[in-house]
Amino acid sequence: MPEITYREAIRHALAEELERDENVVVIGEEVAEYDGAYKVTEGLWKRFGDKRIVDTPISEAAFIGMGVGASMLGLRPVMELMFWSFATVAWDQIINNAGFVRYMSGGLINCPIVIRGPANGGTGVGATHSHTPENMLANIPGLKVVCPATAYDAKGLLKTAIRDNDPVMFLESTLLYGNLGEVPTEEYLIPLGVADVKREGTDITLIAHGGAVLTALKAAELLAAEHDISAEVVDLRSIRPLDEETILKSVRKTHRAVLIEENKPFCGVGAQISSMLMQKAFDDLDAPVLRISAIDAPAIYSPHLEAKQLPRPTDVIAKVLSIC
Amino acid sequence: MPLLMDTAVTTPNFDTAPINQSLTSEDKLRFLRDMMRIRRFEQGALQQYSQGKIGGFLHVYIGQESVAVGTVSLMGANDHVITAYRDHGHALAVGMNMNECMAELLGKATGCSKGKGGSMHFFAPDKNYWGGHGIVGGQTPLGLGLAYGIKYKGLTGAALCFMGDGATNQGAWYESLNLASLWDLPVVYIIENNQYSMGTSLDRSSAFRSCLAERAAGFAIDWDTCNGEDIYEVRAKTQIAIDRAHKQSRPTVLEIDTYRYYGHSVADAKHKVYRSEEEIERYKQNHDPIRLWKARLISEGVLAEGKYDEMDAAAKAEADESIKFAEASPWPSEASISEDVYFEVDRQTIAGRTGKHFFND
Repeated sequence: MPEITYREAIRHALAEELERDENVVVIGEEVAEYDGAYKVTEGLWKRFGDKRIVDTPISEAAFIGMGVGASMLGLRPVMELMFWSFATVAWDQIINNAGFVRYMSGGLINCPIVIRGPANGGTGVGATHSHTPENMLANIPGLKVVCPATAYDAKGLLKTAIRDNDPVMFLESTLLYGNLGEVPTEEYLIPLGVADVKREGTDITLIAHGGAVLTALKAAELLAAEHDISAEVVDLRSIRPLDEETILKSVRKTHRAVLIEENKPFCGVGAQISSMLMQKAFDDLDAPVLRISAIDAPAIYSPHLEAKQLPRPTDVIAKVLSIC
Repeated sequence: MPLLMDTAVTTPNFDTAPINQSLTSEDKLRFLRDMMRIRRFEQGALQQYSQGKIGGFLHVYIGQESVAVGTVSLMGANDHVITAYRDHGHALAVGMNMNECMAELLGKATGCSKGKGGSMHFFAPDKNYWGGHGIVGGQTPLGLGLAYGIKYKGLTGAALCFMGDGATNQGAWYESLNLASLWDLPVVYIIENNQYSMGTSLDRSSAFRSCLAERAAGFAIDWDTCNGEDIYEVRAKTQIAIDRAHKQSRPTVLEIDTYRYYGHSVADAKHKVYRSEEEIERYKQNHDPIRLWKARLISEGVLAEGKYDEMDAAAKAEADESIKFAEASPWPSEASISEDVYFEVDRQTIAGRTGKHFFND
């Protein structure tokens, strides 16, 4: 299988779906002539033209809402937020309009929109540009939330998200864009709501999503090499819908779990899963479920400290050693 | 800043506009009937509200009927409507029936949104009616999106996006105006200026020179004002905007002066504090759209006095019947709380059966 970057995988997914369905349109800031602020959409404008790849002014509330309105009429807009951090100025459109229009219309209207872009800290851009709102989005019944960690997953999940008839919030990471991964040349789809065991193990389950999956994998490697601990890594891939079965299956095997996320701790994804494990795997657990999140403060700028605010493999190892 | 309708009794005659000259007597009577139906429906709703059978808010349209009826009467197959929370008038004007609307107000399973939306959230996409939106100004980007969809599909159509004067102070609308003009989108923003954003009068809420619509000039968008009490004028000026959308794919901002007799919502207990009883009475006597249209049709020889009473009785009977229908209708089931959240789950597609979508247990 050829290796391509996470960025290219997303681009290939977009191109394939643009090719497949004339109702798919890519809309966002700098996505067309500039080739994408993070080059995700590079070359698409030249290939598909003005109608399919659309540059917007800096007006997230209007263009996200516009995409929602257009999706009600049957278009399948794929909206790029240059950063998911900018969703805050389009919050009403995302929550009340994309999230609730189906419900409030008693199922008469659906909203097949994808909103995608990077959502991560760790790039020296300060608190306003480092939001990871997957927990907030997943709190909204009506929205779906996806956080791919690898090139393979990013492509397969994005293609599925575009074909899904509900609004899908697709959270990427600028720190992952350059990562290489094996991606088949033939078409494939990955369903939403199916987690992936990225590394098998027997002593403890590390549960993560997005960039934190790579942290967990690195930690698992070191735990095996230095501490003779066999850690299984479960990548959630999709937050809502959530694959509880895969999580439970792994924890019932290892009897221990540590949850890792780059988000803040309060009501984070890990909190939801901890609660679920308490309820459904209580008798299988040999130790308390532990969580690792970003240090609970707005994202700091200082390059010296920023990396320390986010979960590192050493943080994971310390937590694991405390219960193994 | 004088209110247009207080000063402008000298508006030109719009009955000679081509779009009005083609009207048959039947059309004209239908407009009257539609306005009367909206009023009788809402009077019935007010009664239900006062009896505690309708929860939450009830934003009544009474006094503004000519705007919805006049504008919607111009809609063609590819024209779409979206509005804010004062949405009963537009709903009935596009052809939703009183039963489904009253049942929605009472929160019944037979309501247009199965009791999930309530007064502010009526929808009928089969009639090109896209709601019914509760957040002030929140529907303005959606209206833009409808126009975008029309244009993307290569159709000749317009999105009529209604909004109140209060919504003109929301940022999302200005972003939408910029996009509408920049991308030549066929959207018509219709400001129903009823002079009050909740309890704050126009001159205490909004900065402008001559009118709110003039703000569109900054976006190179054509704009106009309109006396909303006269259906002929509403139709004549809206048609210009629709033509602009259809023929040039250009947006318009049309500010229609109108007036509501009741409060912002029925819960607005102070609506006779922020404005005088005399002011309300003056509008009822001199500017009521039904009264004026009735007089007009009598003077044109289209309507006989007896016929009016007959139409009014029919509208009232229809409203009474809708109350009976709503009262007799079942409540939505508890299980329905979790329905209509996700398309894929409702249809039990493979996607809808994969992973956990709801998290109570």
